Order: sequence, then structure tokens, then C-alpha cells
Amino acid sequence: MKIAAEIAASVWQIQARPGDTLAEGDTVLLLESMKMEIPVAAPRAGRLTALLVAEGDQVEEGQTVALLEA
Amino acid sequence: MADDAVLITNRGEIACRIATTCRRMGLPTVAVYSEADAGAMHVAAADRAEPVGPAQPRQSYLSIPALIEAARRSGARMVHPGYGFLSENPDFAQACAEAGLLFIGPSPEAIRAMGGKAAAKAVARRAGVAAVPGYDGEDQSEARLLAEAEAIGFPVLIKAVAGGGGRGMRAVAEAAGFPAALAAARREAGAFGDDRVLVEKLVPRARHIEVQILADSHGTVLHLGERDCTLQRRNQKLVEESPAPGVGDALREELGRRAAALARAVGYVGAGTVEFVAEAGPAPRADRIWFIEMNTRLQVEHPVTEMVTGLDLVEWQIRVARGERLPWRQEDIRLGGHAVEARLCAEDPARGFLPSPGRLAELVLPEPAPGLRIDTGVRQGDTLTPFYDPMIAKVIAHGASRAEALAKLAVALEGCSGRGVALNAAFLAAALRSPAMRAAEMDTHFLERARAGLLAGDAAA
Repeated sequence: MKIAAEIAASVWQIQARPGDTLAEGDTVLLLESMKMEIPVAAPRAGRLTALLVAEGDQVEEGQTVALLEA
Repeated sequence: MADDAVLITNRGEIACRIATTCRRMGLPTVAVYSEADAGAMHVAAADRAEPVGPAQPRQSYLSIPALIEAARRSGARMVHPGYGFLSENPDFAQACAEAGLLFIGPSPEAIRAMGGKAAAKAVARRAGVAAVPGYDGEDQSEARLLAEAEAIGFPVLIKAVAGGGGRGMRAVAEAAGFPAALAAARREAGAFGDDRVLVEKLVPRARHIEVQILADSHGTVLHLGERDCTLQRRNQKLVEESPAPGVGDALREELGRRAAALARAVGYVGAGTVEFVAEAGPAPRADRIWFIEMNTRLQVEHPVTEMVTGLDLVEWQIRVARGERLPWRQEDIRLGGHAVEARLCAEDPARGFLPSPGRLAELVLPEPAPGLRIDTGVRQGDTLTPFYDPMIAKVIAHGASRAEALAKLAVALEGCSGRGVALNAAFLAAALRSPAMRAAEMDTHFLERARAGLLAGDAAA
């Protein structure tokens, strides 16, 4: 499943790596927008199969940032 | 350009506000702008403008070489840093001095002395000013920090020494949660380039009270009353007022004395703010108020002080930076009436105050009027980018009484609307009308706790 950014932002800090097993709610990465940090969390438990962004990248609202395999 | 031109190394409402005072004083202004801001209001507000780099702040508004070069190109001789960005960066103040520019702010030494939270607490100890009980030592091992937390007594706050704006801060309720909170605080602290932390007593229900000071280079230090900035979200202020509810003349004098002692201890020149934490309640007590930190710059919320004192703080920043004497004694400073400010932001209280970048297709703000001031840096049609803060305007109301100022500000906020981004105007108006706020029973977590009720129009929120 796709994990999307809920807001236009820059990618501040990546906290999970492809292959990591995540519980629901675990933070995948932190976005920064308008001087606030916004965590992007795993919507359910699973294995992170891909990270589609790097730290410093700009993302648009709704853009897929990572893929999760349940 | 004339010798007395001021380079304003900031953007948004504060750059516009500084330009307004400069114009009144007959000083030419030079704006700086990033690629994202070429058409911004603050560029139009200045007499000329210099590009300083890409949208990313690190490469433009935070780039010391780019800003010094902009001063050189424009011929400006003075630099006003505003707030945020490089305003509290001693290296920037130093670089300005080395380039022959007059930095409108304190000396690099004073900024350094107050810059780190630990350094500032050491100054407070020397000046005999009570700081929040805590540990700010060099031993940063988990074992030592935990032992100190236990000695202080839970709950405690872990804070990044170099942090700010609520970042790198973690509340810890009990010893079991300490290691995880420490790791998280250290990770955030790393973003400030310094992973040291300090541990402080957490005042569970707190008010934030701060004192405005103004000092010249001839030894005069004045305090200009206090502000209450208790209404916050994510440790960031949303509503500020002066005077602080329940602070009478005796306590005002005592807090002013503490603030002035700290300013004198570091040879402070310019405008600055000394922040305190107080136990919540409508009548703060002197022995339950502790120093937390000093901001060595103009503060976002300075207009409430301007409205109760009648002084223009930017004007006096410039005058004392040029060596002028403050023409008053402390007893000449009088506070008249009550002023309240709210920060109108592009954010959505219903979604946990999520910021809301986008194009501001429509923006309606009330007209300024006697007792109603609007400081803004954006216009209808502007795009609010993710690169900068979400503030659209500061709406400031002044009244004869606190009740009058709160009501006037609520009405003004209800007259704010926009399309294209979310706005917090209706939420702020509901907060100002809430019984807790009117009774001064607020604490720093009030907005987050009462959020749902305020949004639903629950009068008891």
C-alpha cells in the first residue's frame, strides 16, 4: 500500500529503512512544513518495501513517499 | 544609497513592520528576498530589494555571506534582523561588525551569553535571579541525567540546550519513560547542531509570562511591563497580552527588577525579552515564577507592549544601536489600558493545527481602526509556501480593560476570512470568548485540551 504525504512539505528526517518491520503508527519519516514537523506514520503494521523520497526532497500534498507491504 | 539605509534581513510581516518605522524615521530601506519571495509584500514595502538565494532558508535568509553581500551591493550601513532566522545568531552579529555594518541588536558577546539555555541559567545564578530548578551540567550520560531528574522530582522537561520554538523538548512523567524521551530529545537536538540537553522541573499547569526590556549603551536599562503568552499550541504562542492578568504593580516591579538584573549582567543593549514560567492561576506569586530564557531580539508579540506603552520598539532599537540615550527613567514608563494580540495562521485547528500551505485565493482582514492594529506581510493572491512560517497577520486590539480588549479582538477575528488555505481565525475568536480565558484560568495546554470544545462552539470549553 502507498503511504502519502498529507501536506506540501520538505522531507526533514527519515526514520525507517526499506525492509524494516513496522507496527501501526510507527513513524516512517518526518516532514517539515511551515516550520512545523509532521510525522508520516505507517497506517497499519507491515514491512516497508520502498522509500521514494530522500531527506531534503520537496513533496506535494498526496504524493506517495513510501510503500508498505502488509 | 544613503549612508543611513537599513538592510532588513527578514521577510513577511516583520520586514514590512520594520520598513514602516524606518520610513517614518526617514531611513531608506533595503529588503532581501529568496526566489520564492520575489513578488512578496515585504519587497514592495522597501525602497529597494536584493535577491539572496533560493527558497530554502538555509540558502537565503539564513546565509550570512549572501546577506553581507546584499548589504555591500546596496550600500546599506545598518542591519535589522527582525525575529527568527539570524536574529539571535552571534556569528551574524559578528559578521556584520566585521563588514562595517551596524547590527541593530545586542553585541555578539551578549547574544552568546544568553544564547544557550544552560549559559543563560548560569548568568541567572550569578545575577541572583531564580531559574527553574534543574540540571544543565556537562555530564550528558543517561545515568547522570536520570539521577538528576529523580533529584529534581518528576514530572520533568528534557530540553535541547540549543533548541527553540518548542523543538527538542520532551515532557517526562516518570522515570520509566525517561530513556525513550531522552533519545527523542537528543535526536531533535541534533538538528540544531548540538545534542546536549538539560533537565528541568516541569510546572504541570503553567503560565508563560515575559518582560520586555530596553537598554541603551550608556547604562540605562528599562523594563516596559510584562506580556502573558500562555495560549500556545505545540509550545508556540498564539495569543499574547499585556499587562498579564493578575500581575499587580508590586509583582511587575519585581519581575522587571529580575529582567533588568539579567540584562545588566551581560551588558545588554537594545530590545530583549526575559521569559518566565509561572504556576497557573489568576493571581501569580513571585516565589512561584522562575526565569527560563532570554530572547536577544525583537519578539513577534512586541505590538502589545507598544500599544500599552505608546512606544515604537523598532524605533528605539535603531536609536540605541546608533548610540542614543534612552530619555526616560523607569518611573516614566506607564502602562495604559490592555492589549491582546492573536496570530492569524494558515493552519487547521480541526486537524491538530496542521499547517496549510497553498495559494491564498482570497483574504479579508478587518480595517485598522483606533485600538485595532493589523500587522501583515501577505496579500490576497499570494502563495504561502512550505518553506516559511504559517503566520498571515497579527491582529492586535487595545481597550480600556482586559474584557474590552478581548471582545474587540474576538470581533476583529470574526471579520477575518480567506479561501485557498485553512485559517485559525474562528478558533482564536472562540478561545478569546471562552470562560477560562475571560477568568484568566488558562494554562499553556489550554488550547490543545479545549480544542474540540472550542471548535464545536461549546461555551463551557
